[in-house]
Amino acid sequence: MTETTTDLTTLPPGPAIKGKLSRDDIVMRGGMIVIALYLVVTLALPLYVMLSKSFSTYRFELSQYEMQVSDQDGVFDGTVLNPADLNAAVGAFDSADLSTGSDGRLPVSKLFPDFNFRSPVMYQIRNAQPGGRFLVGSTLHDEDTWLELDSNSFRRVQLRPMKFTGLDNFSNYFSTPALFNSIKNSLFIAVISTVITATLAFWFAYALNRSCMRFKGAFRLIAMAPILVPSLLPGIALVYLFGNQGMLKELLFGASIYGPIGIIIGSVFFTFPHAFLIISTALAISDARLYEAAVSLRASPWRTFWTVTIPSARYGLISAGFVVFNLVITDFGLPKVIGGQFNMLAVDIYKQVIGQQNFEMGAVVSVVLIVPAIFAFALDRYVQSKQVATLSSRSVPFQPSPDAKMDRIFLIYSSLVGVFIIGILAVCQFAALIKFWPYDLSLSLNNYQFDRMDGGGWASYYNSIKLGLLTAVIGTSVIFFGAYLVEKSNGFRVGRSLFQMIAMLPMAIPGMVLGLAYIFFFNNPANPLNWIYGTMAILVISAVTHFYTVSHLTAVTALKQMDREFESVSSSLKQPTLKLFSRVTVPVCLPAVLDISIYLFVNAMTTVSAVVFLYSPKTSLASIAVLNMDDAGDIAPAAAMGMMIFYTNAAARILHLIASKGILRRTQAWRAR
Amino acid sequence: MPLVSQISQIIPAVYGGLGRDVSARAHSADRRTNLVTQATASGDLYLSITNLWKAFGDFLALKDISLDINEGEFICFLGPSGCGKTTLLRAIAGLDLQTRGQVFQDGKDVSNLPPSERDFGIVFQSYALFPNLTIEKNIAFGLENTGRSKPEITARVAELLQLVGLPEQGKKYPAQLSGGQQQRIALARAIATNPGLLLLDEPLSALDAKVRVHLRHEIKELQRKLGVTTVMVTHDQEEALTMADRIVVMNQGVIEQVGSPTEIYREPANLFVAGFIGEMNQIDSSVASGGKLSLGSENYACISHKFATGSPVIAAIRPEDIIPHEAGFVPDAQNSDCIEVMLREMEFLGSFWRCHLHSDRFGASELIADFSINAVRRLELGEGKAMVVELPENRLMAFARPEAV
Repeated sequence: MTETTTDLTTLPPGPAIKGKLSRDDIVMRGGMIVIALYLVVTLALPLYVMLSKSFSTYRFELSQYEMQVSDQDGVFDGTVLNPADLNAAVGAFDSADLSTGSDGRLPVSKLFPDFNFRSPVMYQIRNAQPGGRFLVGSTLHDEDTWLELDSNSFRRVQLRPMKFTGLDNFSNYFSTPALFNSIKNSLFIAVISTVITATLAFWFAYALNRSCMRFKGAFRLIAMAPILVPSLLPGIALVYLFGNQGMLKELLFGASIYGPIGIIIGSVFFTFPHAFLIISTALAISDARLYEAAVSLRASPWRTFWTVTIPSARYGLISAGFVVFNLVITDFGLPKVIGGQFNMLAVDIYKQVIGQQNFEMGAVVSVVLIVPAIFAFALDRYVQSKQVATLSSRSVPFQPSPDAKMDRIFLIYSSLVGVFIIGILAVCQFAALIKFWPYDLSLSLNNYQFDRMDGGGWASYYNSIKLGLLTAVIGTSVIFFGAYLVEKSNGFRVGRSLFQMIAMLPMAIPGMVLGLAYIFFFNNPANPLNWIYGTMAILVISAVTHFYTVSHLTAVTALKQMDREFESVSSSLKQPTLKLFSRVTVPVCLPAVLDISIYLFVNAMTTVSAVVFLYSPKTSLASIAVLNMDDAGDIAPAAAMGMMIFYTNAAARILHLIASKGILRRTQAWRAR
Repeated sequence: MPLVSQISQIIPAVYGGLGRDVSARAHSADRRTNLVTQATASGDLYLSITNLWKAFGDFLALKDISLDINEGEFICFLGPSGCGKTTLLRAIAGLDLQTRGQVFQDGKDVSNLPPSERDFGIVFQSYALFPNLTIEKNIAFGLENTGRSKPEITARVAELLQLVGLPEQGKKYPAQLSGGQQQRIALARAIATNPGLLLLDEPLSALDAKVRVHLRHEIKELQRKLGVTTVMVTHDQEEALTMADRIVVMNQGVIEQVGSPTEIYREPANLFVAGFIGEMNQIDSSVASGGKLSLGSENYACISHKFATGSPVIAAIRPEDIIPHEAGFVPDAQNSDCIEVMLREMEFLGSFWRCHLHSDRFGASELIADFSINAVRRLELGEGKAMVVELPENRLMAFARPEAV
């Protein structure tokens, strides 16, 4: 025997054992790659195209062309003219005329002051450098041979611009006060709304979690109501309340609701449930033992509040703040309806794209909007990752004890918040049923005759339901299956963490930006997926992608609670993983699956920003109809349609509740002991 | 037997066969001198692990593990948490592949096969029963898609329920059963397809003490009845001692000792095994002339060892091996060496007294001895009293001192 001893501190050299892939491994990796590709095609690529658009500028390069002019007899003397020199001499176009968009066209005949389309003079034109292009009528010429044209044809010669990459669009943006002021406006509105919403929601959640006041269940329901309506609906209510002919106009003492005040009040309304949910969760998990310790140390309630309650809820508060900030700064519907002359970033994108057809500038504003959105998103993720670490499994839930005086104060406070929320909805419903505010207050259903207004009529309402259902079914299947693959497959670590990262991205991308990116990406005739542009498919895809992250996180949370050895047991029993998935995983996770589907349905029904660039006359949607009818001055029908969305979503929620209870009773008998 | 020849062709290394495998074998065997007892004669070689390494990044969870397991054997991997025992089990199952090294099962190289292409049943600490399926469907899960007809499956499920002693519970859901019952169902599910190898990953750790003792016995009975080769991971030494045919003691990614429960307990290969299993007095000592161990000014006879005179060692003896005598006892030729001590403290532990013995020779440390109720009564022992204890020559062991860290 040799005396050498094995070195136990280092691996012996050689390749690591490479596992043979089972059929399941291959199926699961394949599935994961397919879903990752879906996200790349519907998210990463469009965003990339949009980003590159924001750096693209188009300019007419006159020096790229050469021309010749004949005498009155049509004889050329061989003199070659450069259009740039001609322009310098004639001054037909200044430099602003020469910078244009991707669709720009420049008529060259203007370079010849004595041009007349009836004259017998002949012209020749050619591209002097490769890459130059010009149109004769609608025929494109990019060859460098001379083309001879008579005057009448030369009239129809138009130069096409060259594409350049650079920061011109951005310098343009930042030198236009009307545009970059929006940054200030957006930040201002978002910060103020965040502070107000977080404060209101905190005390509301506090009342529900930490007091013994009555009607808690009802208040919880009311607090969640705004989630069921499009964000622009509170705007319409505010117009009725405080607008030029508003019921309570005097309360504003001459200030106008059209502008910051209206946007902030509306933002508080539509972001309230989001903040309330997050803060309520944070308050619900507080540890009773800390309060017992505080009492035994004779700390005053005030001191206990600041040393126990606030610190334990601070991550919830911060998280709620970021979520509200993000919602407000990326929202489009509300400032569109009630913003008046007050410009905000999301509305700017809309104005640039729809109003001015300046897609490049739209892309620039989008990039500007992404920055704070991603910033808030990243901070929120960071804060949430810290919160997990503060949870202790030994915590004892806090049980509030009755305090007549405080309970009454909380009841009054909660009632005020409740009146605000119900009030906004009631005003909308009232507005929808009034014949002609404020002159004819008799009730009628005239405003529900959507087919007589702009906006697509009842068809858009049915389209919305179709979109909601398709998004719920397709989205839930794709997202839950994707989460399963990434959570429960073996090895493939790099691929899985990459997938997780891509799945987090949609949350950081504002709907408007996603929509605009889709225009650039899918409306390109060279894209093989071009055919989905203008169909229901692109609306479903944009909705699924836009709401991917929250659904993915819900699915992952549910899957994490499943015993991670189920897959090991199943493979040791030589059963396909897909059998385990359908027989065990899906049934056990059914509550989460149902939650995801109702989340997708409600959001697809209410979203405006994700679809406003993508709908076609055939696929108009209810939320878009609200926007367009309001735009056209049909505010009452807009309110009526908005309330239709509310009732539909409320019904869907109730149906979801009944269905999940029924399904749970049938398929989850094992839960009962 | 054809099986043997088959194996010896495929894995000559195991049998110290020919060619380069010999050197590889000798290489590692040298280091493992007296660690690995050769496979006992009870059955043919079934599972063979050779030079297995597992790395998690820079951390080495398993370092050059080699081990042979015979058909029908009940093997326990025993060690403190983080010693690599579960990692080794998961490598055998193919759930987490090793970084280097090979696993042979039933003559077949399964080193890189996925779990679904290996032949084993597995039971986890968490039971991992499918909560939404009834007990029957849980057990039948692995029987489906295997060419069995429905009546066959039903019959097999009934048979298995009978086997684990829960014939009436088939229609219930897992949550309706107690922990012990759930673990029996998990066991039934794992053996439903008659796997050649049964892997148990801390199967009893989640149960309360009484149920654990009872189920320990049942699992062992079942294993004997089925004759299935079984590997169980546990950190509970009592479990390992009562259930295993052979115990594999692991620590920090290496095998410290392999042996039968009595071997492991009575002849620990090193200080780690001695300290990890059972109670063991450990006193700093050195080797005196004639191989005796010196404690203070006197020398004590002990089991023969390989340490040179003068080398520092640890003298070790189990508390129950110390023999009590009354004060003033004079040893004769039949007795081993004795030592006068003072009884400093006594703890009543039910069936015996645990006594803390003090002597200037031990310095600050104490000798712990377990005396029977009888002996305490007979010798009228009490706290503060002087007495003599005998350290039997064949129970006093010498171990190398761990290197100062």
